Amino acid sequence: MSVRVSVSITVNGEIKEREVESRLLLIHFLRDELGLTGAHVGCDTTNCGACTCHLDGEAVKTCTVLAVQADGSDIVTIEGLAQNGSLHPLQEAFWEHHGLQCGYCTPGMIMAGADLLKRNPDPSEDDVREALEGSLCRCTGYHNIVKAVQAAAQAGQSREVAA
Amino acid sequence: MIPVEFEYAAPDSLEEAIDALVQGGEDAKLLAGGHSLLPLMKLRLAAPTMLVDLRRVPGLRGVERADGTLRIGAMTRHADLEDEPELGLISHAAGLIADRQVRHRGTIGGSLAHGDPASDLPAVLLACEGSVGVEGSDGTREIPAAELFQDYLTTAVGEGEVMTEVRLPALTDYGFGYRKFTRRAEDWAMVGVCALVKADNGTCEDARVGLTHMSSVPLRATAVEEALRGSALDADSIARAAEAAAEGTGPPGDLNATPEYKRHLARVLTRRALEEAAGLTAA
Ligand SMILES: Cc1cc2nc3c(=O)[nH]c(=O)nc-3n(C[C@H](O)[C@H](O)[C@H](O)COP(=O)(O)OP(=O)(O)OC[C@H]3O[C@@H](n4cnc5c(N)ncnc54)[C@H](O)[C@@H]3O)c2cc1C
Ligand code: FES
Ligand code: FES
Repeated sequence: MSVRVSVSITVNGEIKEREVESRLLLIHFLRDELGLTGAHVGCDTTNCGACTCHLDGEAVKTCTVLAVQADGSDIVTIEGLAQNGSLHPLQEAFWEHHGLQCGYCTPGMIMAGADLLKRNPDPSEDDVREALEGSLCRCTGYHNIVKAVQAAAQAGQSREVAA
Repeated sequence: MIPVEFEYAAPDSLEEAIDALVQGGEDAKLLAGGHSLLPLMKLRLAAPTMLVDLRRVPGLRGVERADGTLRIGAMTRHADLEDEPELGLISHAAGLIADRQVRHRGTIGGSLAHGDPASDLPAVLLACEGSVGVEGSDGTREIPAAELFQDYLTTAVGEGEVMTEVRLPALTDYGFGYRKFTRRAEDWAMVGVCALVKADNGTCEDARVGLTHMSSVPLRATAVEEALRGSALDADSIARAAEAAAEGTGPPGDLNATPEYKRHLARVLTRRALEEAAGLTAA
């Protein structure tokens, strides 16, 4: 027996229609079905946040969402963050502030950071640390990650002022 | 980690959901946010043969205020509650669950139906003396908090029933606090305490204290409540009352904490939660 369900999921702006097993996890749909390997599987137990993507505009841990639960939804992965060939301010800031070492946690950190900046464009250091509590990093000690998110927030603010 | 195979339905109405659940038999399960159920299924500690997903059922999400009662749809997510701070204690406690990603998926109905003694919202429901509304093929009924939590992962919600609503007295004239102790910021509570106090000119008119993870079900710290009622609402009487927080509890020991350590945590956190509720300290 293999229970298959049709899903239609918009991923990074493109509609993807597939027949999937009901038990297929969203992270495997993205990585294995669509070849979007930016989001990682770190813990597979909803702790580390490496699998974080946006589901209808909100950060979720895709190792704990079934692909069928995302039927009809809009998913954005790290691959969908850059617009027209230019990096998202968070991607720029992680680069500039050395917000990564091995890079394993980075896609999830950036997606969690992007979720925060949408809700709170001008976060304090505490706000940033709290918003990233569901994302674990084995390398950096978090310091530069927090700096990068704050720098991206400032870049976003000055861009708004300039616009 | 991949769950075992299961049939899946995402019905468009509550009636169809109840039908699917009843037809699915004893191994059919409702799926809300999936953030308690899917981790268990991935570890194969749970292997339902059928999942009935509530995501398309209309009318189960959002908060209504009516006659001093908050009526919260069962599919309302922790993040929804967190983002409405004017709801008071329930918003505050929901915002302390896990991390924002988890709070974007987990629901109040799932939290209360699952019956995990480490969950935060059961103690809140108990301390507020709220209730839940459930619907099954025989109609609707209301289950008061004091009867809902029966044992570890066991609640009074029947096999063919769907929790539709959570009812909480708004308790707007109470101060509130919630404290929990965790190893890492996002972790489950080793012990959690929620406190509500109503003051009248510096005297405690009423106190409610709910304990998380001090037994296989959430508990009221009645000895603390009794000690505080009628006494001055100051640091000294709070500290004295909080000493009784572990009375009548039977906390399970685990990797993180021995029962004795949990009793200690209950006393300390009860004092802090009461101080927060009385406005003596910030959250
Ligand atoms: C990493 C992690 C950390 C967490 N930390 C905390 C924490 O600190 N504190 C805390 O309180 N929780 C914590 N949780 C649990 C989280 O809050 C869950 O989301 C919640 O307990 C269950 O809600 P759900 O909507 O995800 O339910 P589901 O997982 O979908 O369902 C849970 C159970 O309830 C049943 N159910 C669901 N909805 C209904 C309904 N409407 N009627 C009847 N039965 C129903 C299901 O059949 C299932 O048996 C954590 C979870 C994770 C993954
Ligand atoms: S892989 Fe999803 S949280 Fe770690
Ligand atoms: S950079 Fe290596 S885990 Fe974060």
